Amino acid sequence: MIKISTRYVADKIKEAIDKISCEVEPSCREALAKAYEKEDGKSAKFALEVMLENIDIAKTERRPVCQDTGMVVVFLEIGKEVFLTGKLLQDEIDRAVEEAYATLRKSVLDPVTRINTKTNTPAVVHTSIVEGEDVKVQVMLKGFGSENMSKVYLLNPAQGLEEAKRLIVNTVATAASNPCPPVIIGVGLGGTLEKAALMSKRALFRKIGSENPIPHLNELEKSLLDEINSLGVGAQGFGGKTTALGVFIESYPTHISSLPVSVNVLCHCSRAAEFVIQGRKEGEVCQA
Amino acid sequence: MSSVKRLSLPLTKESMKDLRAGDMVKLSGDMLVFRDAGHKRLYQSILDGKQAFDFKGETIYFMGPCPAREGEVIGSAGPTTSCRMDKYTPYMLDNGLAAQIGKGARNQDCIEAFKRNGCVYFAAIGGAGAIYSKRITKAKVLYFEDLGTEAVRRITVEDFPVVVAVDGRGESIYS
Repeated sequence: MIKISTRYVADKIKEAIDKISCEVEPSCREALAKAYEKEDGKSAKFALEVMLENIDIAKTERRPVCQDTGMVVVFLEIGKEVFLTGKLLQDEIDRAVEEAYATLRKSVLDPVTRINTKTNTPAVVHTSIVEGEDVKVQVMLKGFGSENMSKVYLLNPAQGLEEAKRLIVNTVATAASNPCPPVIIGVGLGGTLEKAALMSKRALFRKIGSENPIPHLNELEKSLLDEINSLGVGAQGFGGKTTALGVFIESYPTHISSLPVSVNVLCHCSRAAEFVIQGRKEGEVCQA
Repeated sequence: MSSVKRLSLPLTKESMKDLRAGDMVKLSGDMLVFRDAGHKRLYQSILDGKQAFDFKGETIYFMGPCPAREGEVIGSAGPTTSCRMDKYTPYMLDNGLAAQIGKGARNQDCIEAFKRNGCVYFAAIGGAGAIYSKRITKAKVLYFEDLGTEAVRRITVEDFPVVVAVDGRGESIYS
């Protein structure tokens, strides 16, 4: 058995928030630079130029890339040999988020009273138990200009994959200028309503340009990306060649009656990090 | 960036009349800043017959900043999605508001109101919060301080880069 304290995990998450609030995910900047090179549209090119300059200023001067420093989403894959010690994981993560957000925008509030929690907590934390002795952590600061443009559909089997594809493209077309394109699209296909939504969020952690290891999903990602880029929405919706930087799909078996489709939209400022806490190196090895 | 127009705030119908959708503009001067909750409260105060503050001749920037760090005027300060303010916009334009700055397309009611009043909607570059914070030279909370980042602020900007998204003829860059 390996003991790892929840405080340690949370402190690592705080370090990640400090970093990614000012640093766009590197593959995302690369993709924006490529989009700038091939753009002909005057306004879209100007927008891409400003975006790239902003990313560089934010990183060099340690300023938040975007003022919407988002709601914190954390995925934890906890090795089954790991015993988490100390306070509740959620409480420690919220403590870390509160500390990290002292200098970031506090955007989280009660949905009914609309009263701000003033700490940007709670974080949205998803845990799963996996093989091993490590804890894999994924952290995203999710802005809501793009979150608001996301959609979940529960299709019937007669509508099939063709309708799913049409709706995915249509989600981007309808969102148009609102989610700060070029966007990144996470798709969850199958499962249940919440499983599809979770997969679509998780898919957003993929690196731009990465291939899907499942061939038929890889093919689907490429054809959707082409179709989305042929919409002509362009950077900031000003019209142009690059509407999306990537489409990433996760799938899961579903019920004979349904085809759940979740489309999670992410802006061009992907603020995401992932790292592994190695149990044997960073934890305390002890007898079970 | 070729052919950038420079404009001083406050904007007048005269200074806006030659702007065309797609024009790149750098703004300098004073503007108001507020977003969803500020609009909702202002609008309610008008419905209640006790308008909280005047917006005649103003340019409103839809933005909720990050906190200022030591030595900064304001934290990151990019635009938020404008369509959430569509509900309030025709009334405000019909009652003297000069211009709005945000990001993303507007509904047809808004476009007609910009046209009817010869007003302009500018798009700032969404996500470019660090750049915009550097173009703000002064910032002060004026009203609704309890709304935190959504309070009403007065800011002074210098060479604030925007694109004309809807012009006074009702032409839109998004269509």
